[in-house]
Amino acid sequence: MLVNFFQCLKAHGVPVSVREHMDLLAALDANIAFADEEQFYYLARTALVKDEKHFDRFDRALKAFWTGLESVEGLIEALIPEEWLRQEFVKQLSDAEKAKIKSLGGLEELIARFRERLAEQEGRHAGGSKWIGTGGTSPFGHGGYHPGGIRIGGEGRHGRAVKVWEKREYRNLDDSVEIGTRNIKIALRRLRRFAREGAAEELDLDDTIRSTARNAGLLDIRMVPERHNAVKVLIFFDVGGSMNAHVQTCEELFSAVRSEFKHLEYFYFHNFLYESVWRDNRRRYNEGVSTLDVLHRYGRDYKVVFVGDASMSPWEIVYPGGSVEHHNAEPGQAWMARLREAFDKVAWINPVPRAHWDYTESIGLVRRLVDDRMYPLTVKGLEEAMTWLGK
Amino acid sequence: MKFEGTASYVATDDLQMAVNAAVTLERPLLIKGEPGTGKTLLAEEVARALGMPLIQWHIKSTTRAQQGLYEYDAVSRLRDSQLGNDVDDIGRYIHRGKLWQAFTADQRPVLLIDEIDKADIEFPNDLLLELDRMEFHVYETGETVQARHRPVIIITSNNEKELPDAFLRRCFFHFIRFPDRETMKRIVRVHYPGIQESLVQEALEVFFEVRDIPGLRKRPSTSELIDWLKLLMSDDIPEDILRNRNQGRAIPPLYGALLKNEQDVQLLERLAFMHRRESRSN
Repeated sequence: MLVNFFQCLKAHGVPVSVREHMDLLAALDANIAFADEEQFYYLARTALVKDEKHFDRFDRALKAFWTGLESVEGLIEALIPEEWLRQEFVKQLSDAEKAKIKSLGGLEELIARFRERLAEQEGRHAGGSKWIGTGGTSPFGHGGYHPGGIRIGGEGRHGRAVKVWEKREYRNLDDSVEIGTRNIKIALRRLRRFAREGAAEELDLDDTIRSTARNAGLLDIRMVPERHNAVKVLIFFDVGGSMNAHVQTCEELFSAVRSEFKHLEYFYFHNFLYESVWRDNRRRYNEGVSTLDVLHRYGRDYKVVFVGDASMSPWEIVYPGGSVEHHNAEPGQAWMARLREAFDKVAWINPVPRAHWDYTESIGLVRRLVDDRMYPLTVKGLEEAMTWLGK
Repeated sequence: MKFEGTASYVATDDLQMAVNAAVTLERPLLIKGEPGTGKTLLAEEVARALGMPLIQWHIKSTTRAQQGLYEYDAVSRLRDSQLGNDVDDIGRYIHRGKLWQAFTADQRPVLLIDEIDKADIEFPNDLLLELDRMEFHVYETGETVQARHRPVIIITSNNEKELPDAFLRRCFFHFIRFPDRETMKRIVRVHYPGIQESLVQEALEVFFEVRDIPGLRKRPSTSELIDWLKLLMSDDIPEDILRNRNQGRAIPPLYGALLKNEQDVQLLERLAFMHRRESRSN
């Protein structure tokens, strides 16, 4: 009864339901496909997968199913032998130690030293205070602690990494987390301001009665334009870096947003707004969209929403060349100022709880840049943001 | 009763499978794909191949689900009553929608719901029960319309809006991929049986080259290729013009049929200019 197949699809993240599985079984029962792998593939895909964006997952799942390989994790581990960056321990540092490490110079020196050491070093390293590796107090590597360190591979532990030395496969933000987003939807609905425009279509009862009465009882129908959802939104998502922890929350918001508006354009950025953003997260490295184009293409009446944790090194906002993954000729704050000029309403939604905002310098910076229109990613925060955008 | 494409429509294996599964299991078939890959055409061809009548329902941004069932024209009934006509028969003021027509057809029909994503986001949700049970209730007359034969329902979408999950679960789904070179040749041959092999070869070359230009706003699709070939044939353009495109004539003749956007045409001209300059300096 293909239960294993069903489980395998589920494990690979293809959204399948029992109902669709029954459909597939019914189709097999009706002899639409018989003893032919390719036919089965087409049939299963047509019955189970309802969106082309899941085709890739389905293909991988089917391959795994045929070859008996059970999980994606296995596949990934087989592909990436990154064992010398794997975390083995997390070092608890005392304040004195932290202070000691701070002695290293600025950003440029840091990069220069990194190059130097990468050249010197051969092989895996963990726990020391000089070499690139995991868990130590060297500024290079990951899982360790250094106030202005460079992260290589793995997950950042303290949310302060300066340079991401890896081109990770950022998956496109999945908009499939529909369940559980009901409360966010309610808040977003605030944005659906019903403007009266469009063709005459609805019966205006009051006016009809009035004018019929004036017509000595002869029916005179009056119509009014039907309501249209006229809210236009540009939304910018922060991906990667310190946002990893918040991607889940972010995805929920994203899936809620997709079906709410008539005009919704979405873009991705990393940490802060620079000269380009991108639409497709997978092809971000070759298919950027110029931010200037975005500013020019959409009218003032578009409402702009940023979703990001605004947690980064302050120089990523303030200085030219501060971006974590490319050289930016102009500082991020110049771009933000330009965007503020081009649109009337800009709001920043921050998944970091409001109580923590004062402890990160960059959040304060961003708040100033968006005129304190920063809201936490909670239903209440969203409601505040939407009320302001809808004003 | 199996759909295998028609004399004028090339259906790939996966498309045939999707159509046959939907027909046999009486489920709606949702079709997506790049514009110009023959989504709407599919319904016509399925109807022709299976010898069924075709009922088309084209969706606009103002279309509501109710319009597919029926519309009750209360205004004319009220007017008639004021003019003293007999208005007891409510049925006279009920206009049947496309779904009603499809449900009551004598023979099992093909119902095309075209561009469902154009409508309001609630539209697909409003049709769930009707598509599931293939019946609906007419409140004004109290009758229940039930499908005599469950119609073959083909729904197309251009991806302008996400469709709700509950709706998707009730459909079969097929994504028409952009045809590869071999399929494209078959398609061209179906449309112009008498066309010279060499012309097709050259034209396809140019066509896929134009499609590969990065940054085009609207890449030419199958229907544009067919139009373009028609123009090439009627203009009797010698094929060597197509072939010699690299010697200073990088813009394909009659490019207007392929590119529908002036920015794209400018982009092509700019590329051609750069190409000429390059070949001159060589």
